[in-house]
Order: sequence, then C-alpha cells, then structure tokens
Amino acid sequence: MTPPAPASVKTRPAGTGTGPGGALARLGPGGGAALRGLAGLAALVAVLEVLPHTGLVSADYLPPASETGRTLWHLLAEGAFWTALGDTLTGWGLGLAIAVVGGVVAGVAIGSVPVLRAATASTIEFLRPIPSVALIPVAVLLYGTDLRSVLLLVVYASFWQVLVQVLAGIHDVDPVAEDTARSYLLGGWGRMRYVMWPTALPYVMTGVRLASTVALVLAITAELVIGAPGLGREIAVAQTSGAVPRVYALVLVTGLLGVAVNLLARAVERRALHWHPSARREG
Amino acid sequence: MTVLTVTRRILLVLGLPAVLFTIWWVATADSTDFYVPPLRTILTAFGDTWTGDRLASDVLPSLLRLTAGYLLAVVIGVGLGLLVGMSRVVRDVLEPVLELFRAIPPPVLVPVIMLFAGIGDTMKVIVIVSGCVWPILLNTVEGVRAVDEVLDDTCRSYGITGSSRLWHLVLRSASPQIVTGMRQALSIGIILMVISEMFAADNGLGFTIVQFQRSFAIPEMWSGVLLLGLLGFVLSLLFRFAENRVLAWYHGLRRAQRNP
Repeated sequence: MTPPAPASVKTRPAGTGTGPGGALARLGPGGGAALRGLAGLAALVAVLEVLPHTGLVSADYLPPASETGRTLWHLLAEGAFWTALGDTLTGWGLGLAIAVVGGVVAGVAIGSVPVLRAATASTIEFLRPIPSVALIPVAVLLYGTDLRSVLLLVVYASFWQVLVQVLAGIHDVDPVAEDTARSYLLGGWGRMRYVMWPTALPYVMTGVRLASTVALVLAITAELVIGAPGLGREIAVAQTSGAVPRVYALVLVTGLLGVAVNLLARAVERRALHWHPSARREG
Repeated sequence: MTVLTVTRRILLVLGLPAVLFTIWWVATADSTDFYVPPLRTILTAFGDTWTGDRLASDVLPSLLRLTAGYLLAVVIGVGLGLLVGMSRVVRDVLEPVLELFRAIPPPVLVPVIMLFAGIGDTMKVIVIVSGCVWPILLNTVEGVRAVDEVLDDTCRSYGITGSSRLWHLVLRSASPQIVTGMRQALSIGIILMVISEMFAADNGLGFTIVQFQRSFAIPEMWSGVLLLGLLGFVLSLLFRFAENRVLAWYHGLRRAQRNP
C-alpha cells in the first residue's frame, strides 16, 4: 500500500521537528498515527524529565528520565541483568509451554465428550477464578525460591486461559460441517484434524495470547514476592537498597518485555491464522 | 421425566466436586506430612481462624481496599477512556503510551508506589487503581471507537448531542467492551490486593496468610489459601450476576442475531 502523494510539495515545511502537519500529510493516515504516537512517547519522556527538576515531585522518588535512561544503559552492560532476564524468560516460556500443551490436551479431551464437558463445567468454573497468588505460600513451602515455585504460579494462571478458550472453540464446531464429515466417512482422527481443529484454532490462539501476558505477569510476580531469581527479584533488591533509578529502569524493562510478548503473540496468531477470514480481511 | 433431568443436572454439577473433595479428604485423612495436613484439620482451622475478630481486622480491610481501588479505577478508566476514545488525535497520541503502561506487569508497581505513598492504606488503594485502570481504559477506548456509524448519524439527525448522546449512545454501545475490561480488572485487583499486603502491611488477608506461612502454622495457612480461592470465586459470581443484569439487552441481541 503506497501513501497518497502530497497535493503540493511546496507547502511542506523544511524542518521535520517544526511541521508535524506537513509530515503527517506526506505519510498518509497510517504514518500520521505512528508519528502522533511517537510524539506522545516523547511527551511522556519530557514530562518525566522536567517533573523532578521543578520540585513538584522529589527526585528521590522520581529520578529524571535521563538518569533512568543512563541507569538502563549501565544495566545493559551487566552480566547479572542478562542472567536475570534469562531466568524470567525461562520461567515464562516453560510455564507457558506447559500450560498451552496441558490446556489444549485437556480441552480437546473434555470438549469432545459431551458428558465429560457437562460434568467438569462446575469444577472449572470454581477453580478458574481462584487467584493464583493464593498459591504463593504453598509454593514457598513446597519449592522455596526454586524455578518450580515460578512454574506453579505461571502454569496455574495460564492453564485456565487456554483451557476455557479451547472448550469454547470446540463448542463452536458447525454441526453441518461435522455431519458432512461423517457422511464422507471421515474417522474420529480425520474429523478432529479437518473439522474440529480449524474451528478451534482461532480460539486456541486467543487463549495463547491471553496466557502469554498472564504468564509474564505471574513469572515476575513470583520473583518479586517469593524471591526466585529473575527481573522481579532484581526490582525487590534495588528497592530495598534504595537504588531508585535502578527500580525505574527495571520496571521499564518489564514494560518493554510486556510489549514484546504482546507483539510476539500477535505475530504468532497472525501466522497461524493466515488462512482465516478474519486475518485475511485485515490484509 | 423432569425429575430425572433435574437429578441428572444436579449430579453433573455436584458430582465431580464431591468426588474431588472426597479424594482430598481420604488421601490426607491420616497424613503425617507436616506441609499437607488432613483436610479435616484445615477445615477446623478455617472455622477457628476466619470467624470473629479476624473477619473484622483482616478480611474487611482487604475487601474495603479492593472495593475502593476497583471503583476508583472504573471511574477513572471509563472517564479517561471516553475522552481518549472520542478524539482520533488524542487516541493516536496516547495509544503507545497507554500500551506501554498496560504492558508493565502491575505487581512491579508496588515497589514504585511504595516510594511515593509509604506503606499505608493509600499505597494499597493506589496500587490497585494503577493495575486495574488499564484494561478498563483501553477497552473503553475500543468500545467508544466502535460506535455504530448509522446509530451515530441517527442521533445527530434527531439532534441528540452532548451529555444525552454520551449517555444513551456512546456509553451504551461501549458497555459490553467496558464490562470486558472490568472483568479483567477484577482479577488483577484481587492479585494486587494480596500482593500489596504481602509486601508491606500490618493487616489484611495477604499479610495474615504470609504470617501463617512464616510461623509454620500450616493448617491456618491452607485455610487462608482456601478463603482466597473462595473469595475469587464469589466475586466472579457476583460480577457475572451484575453483568447479566446490566447487559441483558446485549446478550439478548446476540442470541437473536445468532438464531434468527
């Protein structure tokens, strides 16, 4: 898609910083949104830089953005930071993988047998809303600050997201398609592969996307509260030692990590569903 | 026939929970494992622990903080969401910033907010607000953006503007999305309520449960875990009840569209 050509090149101001209007017109609507978004981020940085200098907020609590940036830069040179990031990603990835596999297997097993589905509904509805942080004391007692503590919380929280979506997906199978497959003598496996799976896949991907965010939150929470190695523990340590800019730099890293996880999940979803009408409509 | 269907339904709803409960009860009946006490002991501890004084001194403050934080987040989220959603320019400018804030795992904000607000009730309410507000805000923005154009034009030609347009058109059509955001926010709110109390508090559910764990009062700790689980379940039931009332028109519309 090419942006529409500007009506008149002469009206474009020379400086890029002074004339956002001209730049917007040049880039078309999509580019305009991106530019405005950048302006928003720049404004946020500017506010964070100026606020501590004005004295409205003490610099002890909110260091200027430049200082947080500098701390972040130093952080990137630390081996310990990368180890912590690796630990967090391990807990996240492993927990998410277990939850997705478990959720899909359990979902397909329960969803394809109507009696099982009806019999487990109340139990699932009861277990699902239990906040996984309730398991923190149990995890501490059983596993201490081990990776298994993180996994317990991550898997518990993300498993239900996947399971519920898989069940919804299987429930959505078109009865006519199912009957057609039957009359063409597709066996159980064939129906699962060609009727159930394509119907359920969009739901599964939604579940995976939701679960990937939840898994990150719980991985970092477990590190923060229990003290398992990872970014969360780094934040807790920085906070107790009064290294305020470091706290902010690490919080920023977790935020960026969250954005990255979100983008990754969306990309995976788009790839897996490239054949689906909803993905094709968006172009 | 109907009696049979009713019995069948009751069996289906209560069967598995009863089986699981029995298994837990029997499997731990004469458990000598210090960390996994018999269910009977846990239930006795539940009765002793969570009635009387503790109800007022720990459970109530937690619930009050959750309610205050959650309601504030709803007001702020919907209010700002309406403002942001109704203007394209504002939306474009703020969207990346909001996405970044939403992506920050909420519990990470506890240490940051402690810097500003100390460790009192204010801190905990702010923590809950700061975590709950993003899903509500972003869903409101989405809902406002997706207002049906035909309805919008109809409103304009009937001269419905200003606050009545906001109330009858914008808020109404955004409400299914807003409710979705509120549902996500509720589970975040419970998590943050517990975590802020585990971090620094002198009362509250999270505080008491960690206290039990540290002093190795294992049956009491398990009873606290049960209570938190029950709380999550009851709150989600209440939410669903409220949703069914508020969004009855929407669910009816969806049903009608699905089977014409």
